[in-house]
This record gives sequence, C-alpha cells and structure tokens, in this order.
Amino acid sequence: MQFSEHWLREFVDPPLTSAELAHSLTMAGLEVEALAKVAPAFGGVVVAHVLAVDKHPDADKLKLCRVDAGQGETLQIVCGAPNVAAGMKVPCALVGAELPGIRIKAAKVRGIESFGMLCSARELGLSEDHGGLMALPADAPVGEDIRAYLALDDRLFTLKLTPNRADCLSLKGVAREVGALTGTPVALPTIREAEVTSDRRRDVVLDAPSACPRYCGRVVAGIDAKAPTPGWMKSRLERSGIRSISAVVDITNYVMLELGQPLHAFDNARLVGAVRVRFPAEGEKLLLLNEQTVVPAADTALIADEKRALALAGIMGGEESGITNATAELFLESAFFSPDAVAGKARALGFSSDASYRFERGVDFAATRDALERATQLVLDICGGQAGPVTEAIDHSHLPKREAVRLRVPRAEKILGIRLGAEVAARLFKGLAFPFTHEGDTFTVTPPSHRFDIAIEEDLIEELARLHGYDNIPARLPQGTLAILPQSEQACSVWRLRRLLASRDYQEVVNYSFVDAGWERDFCASADPVVLANPIASQMGVMRSSLIGGLVANLVTNLNRRTERVRVFEAGRCFLRDAKGDQIAGVLQPKRIAALAAGPAAPEQWGSATRPVDFFDAKSDVEALLAPWQAHFERIEHPALHPGRAASVSVRDKVVGLIGELHPQWVQKYELGAAPVVFELDLDAVLQQPLPGYREVSRFPTVVQDLALVVDQEVPAQALLDCLIASAPSFVREVMLFDLYQGKGVDFEKKSLAFRVVMQDTEKTLSDDEVEAARVKMIKAAAEKFAAKLRS
Amino acid sequence: MSEIEQLVAQATAEFSGIGDAAALEQAKARYLGKSGSVTELLKGLGKLAPEERKSAGAAINSAKERIEAALNARRDALRHAALEEQLKVEALDITLPGRGLPTGGLHPVTRTLERIEALFRSIGFDVADGPEIEDDFHNFTALNTPENHPARSMHDTFYLENAPGLLLRTHTSPIQVRYMETHKPPIRVIAPGRVYRVDSDATHSPMFHQVEGLWIDEDVSFADLKGVFTDFLRNFFEKPDLRTRFRPSFFPFTEPSAEIDMSCVFCDGNGCRVCSHTGWLEIAGSGMVHPNVLRHVGIDSEKYTGFAFGMGPDRLTMLRYGVNDLRLFFDGDLRFLSQFR
Repeated sequence: MQFSEHWLREFVDPPLTSAELAHSLTMAGLEVEALAKVAPAFGGVVVAHVLAVDKHPDADKLKLCRVDAGQGETLQIVCGAPNVAAGMKVPCALVGAELPGIRIKAAKVRGIESFGMLCSARELGLSEDHGGLMALPADAPVGEDIRAYLALDDRLFTLKLTPNRADCLSLKGVAREVGALTGTPVALPTIREAEVTSDRRRDVVLDAPSACPRYCGRVVAGIDAKAPTPGWMKSRLERSGIRSISAVVDITNYVMLELGQPLHAFDNARLVGAVRVRFPAEGEKLLLLNEQTVVPAADTALIADEKRALALAGIMGGEESGITNATAELFLESAFFSPDAVAGKARALGFSSDASYRFERGVDFAATRDALERATQLVLDICGGQAGPVTEAIDHSHLPKREAVRLRVPRAEKILGIRLGAEVAARLFKGLAFPFTHEGDTFTVTPPSHRFDIAIEEDLIEELARLHGYDNIPARLPQGTLAILPQSEQACSVWRLRRLLASRDYQEVVNYSFVDAGWERDFCASADPVVLANPIASQMGVMRSSLIGGLVANLVTNLNRRTERVRVFEAGRCFLRDAKGDQIAGVLQPKRIAALAAGPAAPEQWGSATRPVDFFDAKSDVEALLAPWQAHFERIEHPALHPGRAASVSVRDKVVGLIGELHPQWVQKYELGAAPVVFELDLDAVLQQPLPGYREVSRFPTVVQDLALVVDQEVPAQALLDCLIASAPSFVREVMLFDLYQGKGVDFEKKSLAFRVVMQDTEKTLSDDEVEAARVKMIKAAAEKFAAKLRS
Repeated sequence: MSEIEQLVAQATAEFSGIGDAAALEQAKARYLGKSGSVTELLKGLGKLAPEERKSAGAAINSAKERIEAALNARRDALRHAALEEQLKVEALDITLPGRGLPTGGLHPVTRTLERIEALFRSIGFDVADGPEIEDDFHNFTALNTPENHPARSMHDTFYLENAPGLLLRTHTSPIQVRYMETHKPPIRVIAPGRVYRVDSDATHSPMFHQVEGLWIDEDVSFADLKGVFTDFLRNFFEKPDLRTRFRPSFFPFTEPSAEIDMSCVFCDGNGCRVCSHTGWLEIAGSGMVHPNVLRHVGIDSEKYTGFAFGMGPDRLTMLRYGVNDLRLFFDGDLRFLSQFR
C-alpha cells in the first residue's frame, strides 16, 4: 500500500514529522517499508509560458525561445528540446536555480545569451523521461513555483501490511489508525447521496448469497467517457502506483484507494436484463480484462446478466462488458464478496488483482453503499451525467457476523506481563472506536465491520498491546523450574562427529536437498526418486536419496577453481520412497553423514612422499567415526562405486552405510581426473555409542607371537583374521594384521599375511606349552579353512 | 722428582692428549691394568724392607688415586665432547612445517547452529528435530493456517508430485507442533533445521535454515519473550549493549505477534549500508502461541501460555562474520568455507 502523505494529512494531521509518523505506524504494526520524497531537492523553477520559438542562427538543433516566466519581463532562453513549441507551458529554471547536479547561470549558448533553462522531467529528478520538455497543463499559472504547483514537497509512504490488516488498504483506514495512535481527530470526505435525476435502473439478484451477500448497483446515464481525469486525481493515483487510464476507471481506483472498497464499472449498454451474482455453469467461459480466457471453477462466483457471464466476482471484470471511450451509460458496482469465496481464486488462475487482494482479506461490508455514492459523486463531477436509483440486494444471513468478544483484563496482563487496569483498557478501546461494555475487569467488545481479525480474546489483547506500545512492555528474564534435561551417555552428539571429521581434515558443506535427477540415476540407480511438483529449476527437480551426488558436485566445483585436493563432508537428510515411511507416510527421511576425499592423501609436504588418497585412508575415517564399535566391511556392488573397491559398513551385524572408490565411468563422465573415495553412514546408527565397561588389567606378562600365513590371493584378510580369533583360546587378548607381502619368496597368486598375537592370562603366567598349543591351534584352523601355510 | 711422581705426571699428560674413549681405556691399562706401571710398583712393595713398605705403599696408592682421577676427568671430558657433538649434529631446522594432515572445519552456518544450541541449552532448552518433507496439516493447518488463508501466500511452497498434501516444510514451526504432540508442559525447546521456499535470488535461497523456539508454562508472558530473545542476541553477538525492538506483526500461529529488530551490529544502531541507514536489522518473528495451536495438541490454553520465535541462522551467520552473499553458503567453494575453521 503506497500513498501520498499530503493525501493522508488531508484526513488526519497529527503534529508529527514525516519520519515520526512513519515510526509511529511501524511500531503499531503497519510497517513503513519506504518513505521517499516525491522529488529531489531543487529550487528556483517556475511555471513558464513559451511565447515564441525561433531558430538559433548558428545551430540546427537549438531553438531560441521567448518565455514568460512571470518575472515581469520576457526571458530569452536557448533550448534544445525537440518538443519545444510556442504556446506550451513548461517548467523553467530561472538564473540562480539549483537543480539536481547543476546550478543555472546566465550563459552564452553558441554565441546567443540564454537566461534560464526549460526543463524535462528528468532534469527535475521526477522521472527518467527525457524525451523532451515536461509539458504542463494549459491552465498552469505562470510564475508559480513548480514545487508548489506539482506538490513536490509531498512524500510517499509505502506500507508493508500483514494479511490481517486489510482495513488499512485505504487512506480512510490508515487515517483511522493514525487517529487511534495519536489521538488526532479524523476528517473523512463527506459522502452525500446523489440526487437521482434519471429513472434508468438495473435489477440485482443474489443467486450465490454465500459468496456475495450484499450488492449495490446504479446506472449513471449520459456521461462523457472521454472527459479528462483531473490533475489532482491523476497525481494521487500515480503516487499510489496506479497509472491513469480513463476518468471512469480512475474514479473507481481512486475510491478504492480512498475508502478501501473495490468498484467495477460496466458499460450499461452491453448488459441484458438483471445483474445476477451466481456460480458458473459447467464449462462456462469468460474473457477477462487482462485478455485471459478462463473457465472458472464451480465455487468461483460470477457477475452475469441474463445472457452471459460478465466478470469474476471480486477478482476481475470481463473484456466484453467493460467501458470504452464510447460508453454513454455506466452501471457501477459496489459489492461485498466474502473472503472465503475469493480467497485463493486469483492465485489459482495465476494472477492477483487489487480487488481480489482486498476482498480475500476482508472489505468493510457496512460501507458498500457509501463507496457507490462517493463514486457517483465523482462521476457526476468529472464526466457529467444523471444518476439513476441505487439497486441494492442484501442477504443479512450471509453477511459476516460480528459477535461480541470477551476480554478479561487480568488475562491480558498475564499474557503481556504488565499491569494494565480496566481504565487503560477502556481508553484504548475508545481510541480504536471499538464498541464495548464492561463490568469491572471484564469487557465485552464488538469488532467493527472493517476489522476481520478480531475473533478471540487474544486478538483484543494484541490490540491493547499495540496501542499501549510494545516498547512499553518490559523485557524480563523469566523464572522456571530448573530440572536437568535427560542426556543419554550412549547418544553421541552429531557435533562430536562433525568435529571429528573436521579434525581429520574434512570441510563441512551444506548442499541443496533437491538435486538433478541424473545424479539419482548415476549414484543411486534410483529411477523413482521423490519428485518436486514445482522445482526452482529442472536440475533441482528431485529429492536426494544420497548425499554423495552433492559431494561429487562440490568436487567438480572446486576442481574448476583449481583446488585439486578436496575433502568435504555433509550431515543431512535423504529422502526415499517407502510404502510405509517414518514420520510421513510414503517417505523415509533418514539422516546421514557422508564424506568425499580426492587428490593427495595429505597436502604436498617436505616430510612425506605425496600419494593419492585411497580406500584405506577413508576406511580409517569410517573406523574412527564408528569407534569404539568395531566396524565390519563386506564387499558389495553399488552403482556409484568401483565394483572391486566398494564395501558395506556394518556395526553389530547391522549395515549402517557404505564406502568405496567412485566408479570409473562416473570419474570419466563428471571429468574428475582421479577417482575420489566416498563413504556414507546412517547418522542414527553412528550416534549410538556403548557405555564403557571395566575389564581387569592383568598383572601377568604378555607373550607376543607373530604368525605369517600364506594363502590364496582371493582370501579376504578379514576372513582369515576372524578365523584366527575364533580358534584362539581365551587368553589370546588380541590378534592384529600387521603386514601384507606378495613377491619374491611367496608363490604367484598367493599372499603372505602376518598377524601379531598377544597372549596374556589374568590368573597366571602362561607356560611355553600353553603358548605353543595356542599357536598350533590357530595355524591348524587357518590351514583347514583357507589352506593357509605357515611362511617359512 | 721421584719415580712415582714422574709416573703420575706422565699418565696425566698422556690421558689429556687422548681424543677417543677406546684409546683412553688402552692407556688406562698401561698404568692401572694387570701389568700396568702402577700395578708393577705395587707388586715391588714386597721386596722392600718392612719399615719402608708403609710409606712407599701410601705413596703408590696416592699416585694410583691421582691417576684414576685424571682418567675419570678425561672420560667425562670425552663424554661431554661426544654429547656436544651429537647434539650439534642432531639439531633440526625447527621452522620446517609439521608433518601430516591439517584440519578441516565446520560450515559457518552449522557453527552458528552449534552456538545457538549451546546458548539455549544453558537455560534449559531441549533441542528437537522433525521431517523436512512435511504434511499440510503440520506445516499449515495445525499452525492455524487453513487452506486459502492469505498467510499461505506469504510462503511459496514446494509441493511433491503425485503426493497430495505433502510439501517441503516452509518453516521449522511444524516441529513445535510435533514436539507438543509428544511432550507435556513445561516445554522449553528449540528446533533448528533446513526449510524450503520457492524463491531464488541474491538475497533468497530456495533452501535455508531456521531455528524455532518455544517456551510453554503456566505463567509465560510477552515480557518473558522480550527478555529471553534479547538476552540471546546479546550473548550470541557478545554485545551487552545490543538493543532490540519488538513490532506488532502477524503470524497465524501467534497472537499477539511481533517482528523482532535488533540494533545494527555493524554501526551499533547509528545507521549504515547494512541496515539501510535505519539502525535496525529485522532478525526474527515471534509471538505468544495462538490458543488454536495449543488446542490442536491438547494443551489447556487457559492454564498454559507460551511464546514462540523463529529466526534465520543464515542471516545471523552473515551478520556475525560479515558475509555479504547468502549464496556462498550453498556453493561448496572451499576457498570460502575454509575461512571458518
């Protein structure tokens, strides 16, 4: 909502500066988004009359003008504007005038003296228009200061209104609010009933009273549709951001801005029979003023005559019944359309109109007829004509109810945290002109017809708080019951995991949850992802089912910026279709943590050889994330990963994620150079940690035995290790793999795996026989299961 | 000079001329070994007359002690010299960089979220979470925003294809509802998370973060809201003089509602480019929880009152670290992200 400050002050003129008035509105919940001057600072510009125009003797494009600027003598001014012509009225900057950026002096232009400058709108900072001089109306008074003549000391207020304050979508509403806030009397234009001088009339029938419970119409005959819109009206409309179109349209817009009631004017000659407000017949079409043909939904009310649909009720008029320059007879409509009947309809059709914007938020249903009278008055003044009688149809049962709302002052005090008292409440309600009665601390308040946001006690409490001033409510640190929040030691915080990965040189990223459908196919083999109906772009069309695609994209981004060592991780949700779903039916939304490492394992440095990061680097990161659980890895095939370098990750026999090198085909497709290693883990699984338990520390000496076993290359180290552990007696405390050897001394297609076995009894020192027996038992088990041979 | 004194002088001189430990030990043998000079002298004592034996024995023992002392002194000197040499050889250029991996870092916004969590936990707030694909009921209806409510047009919502009623949550407020469905008052909780709106330009991202806060108890008022949120901002920005301003506003799920402005952290409220010369920055929406919302989750709105607020951690991060472009947060550029280690 944008309007001229002058216009507002004509209705209510509190003793506040523009800035103070803006602050006061903002702090009352009518946020002043912008407060702008209509024109920049300048002075010394007056209305001037161009008396004669001659050619400049020495320049083709310049003209020599004689100008009456009301200075007592005629001025000689050289002008280069293409549209300068004798007889026109224009702004003239006199010698000594200060314009934005320049000061006007008497000067010689191509040898001819010039005493001033005729101005374009751009030279005065009024618009970007510099096509020529700014032409003023013929009746502009010569010599008058242009600032006064065009009211350029005005300011524009732009309000950012919340949806509940439709009552302030008019000058009348804002004035009413300013009156309540400042205690200044409000003087609105007097509305007289027009004298009925014509018997032209049109009946009105309400066939859809739920959508339209009140409709007032009137014929105005014999108008001049080509009459010009007066300058004052044009200027006010323009300062509200509305372009002047024709006198009749301008009048309907003007009344809408002034009183908040959207109006519509039909060409009466194009209507047949009574005007009806009804719901559409099936398939009924309507060509709108915006040249869009619509088939309105069954619950969208129409204005129609006996033959056809004329307009979408409260939304937009129809092309075929609108007024033209040839219109001689108007049918003016002022109606109340229910918010529920209009809400969402325009949006569903893909546009918004000033009318629908107001109706869906609520228009004063008691002022319908006043607005019609006000418009009639302006039509008769500007376009002439004779007013017919008002035809009004009303269905009281469907008009909005205004039921009294109870307010308990102690309840208001409890919610706001202040002392208020019944007297203050009464004063504030009076200021708002809300009708009320009260008994002690209990008020009964009737919401006025222009307010659609007062239905419960809290709504009234907000009104009291607003007028009392939010600033006058103290900020208080509350008191509460202090109970310790339960915190399981077995639930690790996601922050610990983030810090852990950061300390292992991964940088956290936050990627979009919607991704390219191609990533889903490549990295998840997901042909059926969760699809957005209205994505922001096609490459952000589906919800990710894995974090890996985003991390690969991060790699690409950084490779393009010449960072070749990239280590990134993300913690976030993924989205998968599922027959059951978790919190939402049909979708699973697991939280995951995933990382990608590419380029050298460590930054190039003097003290270590540079080598590319590999599977086992990332594996140790996974092991660190899952510790103290022992993670278990098993070979898998996964569309994103190299089939020989991919594994599932399990903890306590449950698969919690995967790890692997990116598949060479994606390395090629996404132009990654070398294959990055990625892993992705289910966050909930990683966050569960065991409670530490105590085991006695043995006082007896440890015995360390190394076993080098030769097996076929295909035997997984983990399987052999598991076998050794399973076969070991209980005093074997630890078995770990410490060496892998292939080459000289070991047969082709075989490998030697060396294990360190740590034995220690908690009760006694182990005897040589016991140690040897354990060793033999383990070797035997490995030999039986994997044909392992002790390396000699 | 007696023969004995001569021997001592000779040994001392010989030892001091020796430069390595092995040679020193060989020289030692020549004096103190089984057939060394001093040993030979001691062996000769037996041939002396008994009355001479005592004084001669004392002289030889004294000489032996002095030779041993000279030997030990030389041993110490050699050891010391060897250690000095070793230390000299082993000296490093300690200005060479450390070996191994550097460290990564958290995303600036999650860093902010961690800080917000810590601040609110310190006054007893729980931290809750909820689904990002939400249903219409939790995102709108339960928050007093029925279908076709004009407030729905404040949120441009992403919808799912072929899944009527499912959407990407437009705010973290549905977590409020879910938390109240499963917890009884007193309730103190914050709910951080990602939210989505169909909006993308220099100052809007289609995905961004929010942190919702909720406090429900028997006597929680608007004054408490002002107190808690002001306290939070002062601690978050570590500016004890930071001022806040609460303005009436509208959210369907709070009544009364307030927009929260804070004094600009760049100019301390004096007006600068960041605050568009107003001195104020819009930082959060808030209000007293609407009785309809409490009713939806079965909380007695006569007995319990409470406040809720919703803030944008992306914006808080930008203000805290002076980041001037929201899009940087979601671009994955390591040159930007690594600045927040």
